[in-house]
Amino acid sequence: MNVFALLFVVVGLGLIGWLTARARAVRFDRGGQKRLHSLPSQHGWYVAMWTVLPALLFVAAWTALSPALIRDQVLKAPAAAQLSDFAFERDTILGEARDVALGRADSTFDPTADALVAPMREAIAFYGWTGTAIAILLAFAGGAFAFSRISPAFRARTRVERGLMLILLVASLIAILTTIGIFLSLFWESIRFFAMVPPQDFLFSTHWSPQLIDPNNPGKSLGAVPLFWGTFFIGAVIAMLVAIPFGLMSAIYLTQYAAPRVRAWMKPMLEILAGVPTVVYGYFAALTVAPAVRDLAVHLGMPFASAESALAAGLVMGVMIIPFVSSLADDSIAAVPTAMRDGSLAMGATNSETISRVLLPAALPGVVAGVLLAVSRAIGETMIVVMAASGAANITLNPFESATTVTKQIVDLLTGESEFDSPKTLAAFALGLTLFVITLLLNIVALRVVKKYREAYE
Amino acid sequence: MSKRAAPAPVPERTPTDWKGAAMQKRIRRRYAAERRFKLFGMLAVILSAAFLAFLIATMVANGARGFTRSEVALDLDFPKMGLAVDRTHLSTPGADLALSGAGLQDKVEIAAESGGDHSLAANSAWITVRDAIKADPSILGGKRTIWVPASTALEMGARGEGTAAAQADASRLRSAGKLRTGFNWGFFTASNSNDPVAVGIWGALKGSLLTMLVTFLIAFPVGVLAAIYLEEYAPKNRWTDLIEVSINNLAAVPSIIFGLLGLAVFLGTWQIGGHSFGPLLPRSAAVVGGLTLALMIMPVIVIASRNAIKGVPPSIRDAALGIGASRIQVVFHHVLPLAMPGILTGTIIGMARALGETAPLLLIGMRAFIVTAPQGFTDPATVLPVQIFLWSDEVSRGFVEKTSAAIIVLLVFLLTMNGLAIYLRNKFETRW
Repeated sequence: MNVFALLFVVVGLGLIGWLTARARAVRFDRGGQKRLHSLPSQHGWYVAMWTVLPALLFVAAWTALSPALIRDQVLKAPAAAQLSDFAFERDTILGEARDVALGRADSTFDPTADALVAPMREAIAFYGWTGTAIAILLAFAGGAFAFSRISPAFRARTRVERGLMLILLVASLIAILTTIGIFLSLFWESIRFFAMVPPQDFLFSTHWSPQLIDPNNPGKSLGAVPLFWGTFFIGAVIAMLVAIPFGLMSAIYLTQYAAPRVRAWMKPMLEILAGVPTVVYGYFAALTVAPAVRDLAVHLGMPFASAESALAAGLVMGVMIIPFVSSLADDSIAAVPTAMRDGSLAMGATNSETISRVLLPAALPGVVAGVLLAVSRAIGETMIVVMAASGAANITLNPFESATTVTKQIVDLLTGESEFDSPKTLAAFALGLTLFVITLLLNIVALRVVKKYREAYE
Repeated sequence: MSKRAAPAPVPERTPTDWKGAAMQKRIRRRYAAERRFKLFGMLAVILSAAFLAFLIATMVANGARGFTRSEVALDLDFPKMGLAVDRTHLSTPGADLALSGAGLQDKVEIAAESGGDHSLAANSAWITVRDAIKADPSILGGKRTIWVPASTALEMGARGEGTAAAQADASRLRSAGKLRTGFNWGFFTASNSNDPVAVGIWGALKGSLLTMLVTFLIAFPVGVLAAIYLEEYAPKNRWTDLIEVSINNLAAVPSIIFGLLGLAVFLGTWQIGGHSFGPLLPRSAAVVGGLTLALMIMPVIVIASRNAIKGVPPSIRDAALGIGASRIQVVFHHVLPLAMPGILTGTIIGMARALGETAPLLLIGMRAFIVTAPQGFTDPATVLPVQIFLWSDEVSRGFVEKTSAAIIVLLVFLLTMNGLAIYLRNKFETRW
């Protein structure tokens, strides 16, 4: 049975459990021999919990495990005897047979896979129905057990609340699990990558051309320094040259000068700018900004200027970051005690003198932290560079030349058709790990600065 | 005895002459600096606004035409075309196959050339004819005029652009009443195609809808429950700190990293106890995209929900506890309903972010060429932003306006969601 249908049935059983248990508790109440300890609906929740939770846990475990069980069963079939021992090839053929058996594909490429479709279909049906049967049985058993415990003196509320607390705890642990999952999955694939390519080649060599990998020495064409430089140049230099002055000045103007009515219109406008999806910025960069930048370069005397220049991607990325810088600067300026501002104004300083000599120095740690967060966001930004930057890995200081970034290369490496085990594909995970570690460090430093600074004035 | 140093003589100070020329000049200079500073601030805001206006204007100018389409009237003489089709087949599911097998595409194309050497109808025109035949097989017995999408060249000509020949064609057909331009409903009902005239966003829109449904069903409950635990029940210890730090960091992890996570966890090959087995979930499916995006926006929902819960004053909790509610009842009966507007605002903002997200979905393969809309959570699907990205890569001129039109649709959705969030925030912003 379909997993979604099964979930539906289990939740339906839970609802029935809730209704019957509640009805029974209400009857106790009406009987009036003894006062109920818990409300009838709490008895209902107790039974519903016992019906749904064990069955759901089982379904989750079964969905994860059954592919392995199905595989083992199929390998026992006579048709599987002629499969090669080579694991990768065998898995590809099994995958094909599974897709046909599930109706995801119409036919197989490999004739050996054809013979496996029937055993595969049998195994899938067998394990599917076994799983369904066990899940429904578990739901009934859990519900019956809980139902049998209901009595006027039964402390249903305490039990339900204990169960609920456990669910809350598990929900909050998912954040940690995600972090660990990200780290482990990146780390694992990166280790496989570094078994093929020496880390020093990857980190310090300056030649990047993943299209032409020499199988004997893959490290020779997988040196990521040009990508690191391109990422830094586009995200941390060009984009910040746009975002910092514009973001900071908008924040200052909106908090210190603008009339309330102007602010009421301008702040949502900046929020809209922040809500435009990056694919739209990317399209805009590729369609409008990049040709304009190239025309400018030709005008400036560079006849062979690239249409995929670092400048076009960096400019648009900077605009994208403006609202982000502006709102963080806004927060840290607002956190400066008004007494400092009033004191400066009372001494006769003009508004601009107060801002540049009192407010900004006092807010500087917060602003710096905001800039760090903005840099971390810019270097992780993907769609703008995928659509507007080039794939050519150059180390250049000329913004009109093309440069490529880590994120662009990850997308390029993973969207081509290639097998999962090649150094080319695994390089994407190594790049991802580098990106993750760098953004993580930037975030940790920034959050620490913000926290320390906030304590200073509170 | 110590000898005291004589105090240093205070220099005689003359009072500042504020009215003097030097001071007046200085003040003028300072005020000029003040005005300059203010002007820079205003310029920064105005330029940001101008950029937004320019971006939207560009998209609207390019995209407005994506919503209209020209149609040309084809006079088809079916008996002369000699379609070898068994009419009893036409009401069966095999009708599509039977009609294309009878060479309908070529024959419609020949009819559409109508004397000239190039087809006036779009490459996909035969599909319109096919659907008309399926709807009413009796038309095969005689002559019939059918309106079909115009070719890209004729479409340009109808707008007064393109080659002179196309413009001449267009004005000739229009005066003969054989060319009309109207709202392109097909853009909202069709899916992807090779022919820019025939493309639509319905498949991508439905894919987005399914993906968002999965994202919401996972991220919302988990995010809110986690926020409740951290804000109301968690003991202050190292574990809680670790959870907090990881949530704050996850909120700032680049979205593409979540794509790598989805690729490795949901679609990768697992090794458990000597068994290796294939992807847990089908590639390109809405359920994988939904799960990946759910992990991505969960921290946003947790942070917003915690702020909303923090905003509920302790007196509410004390009052509920005072009349005998349990700690769980306090939260679920009192705190949570009061915090709901804030939680919903954060959720809408998170969902808007997920709806506009492209990069992680590219990595998990939701970039397939989808001709029919996905029927379920496990069918191959694509989403609107990915569709925009795929169209932006097409070289054909007709795709530029379709891309912009799709962007307009996406922006309308996102601006509505963000506007709703801002409205909710202002309406329910309570000062306790």
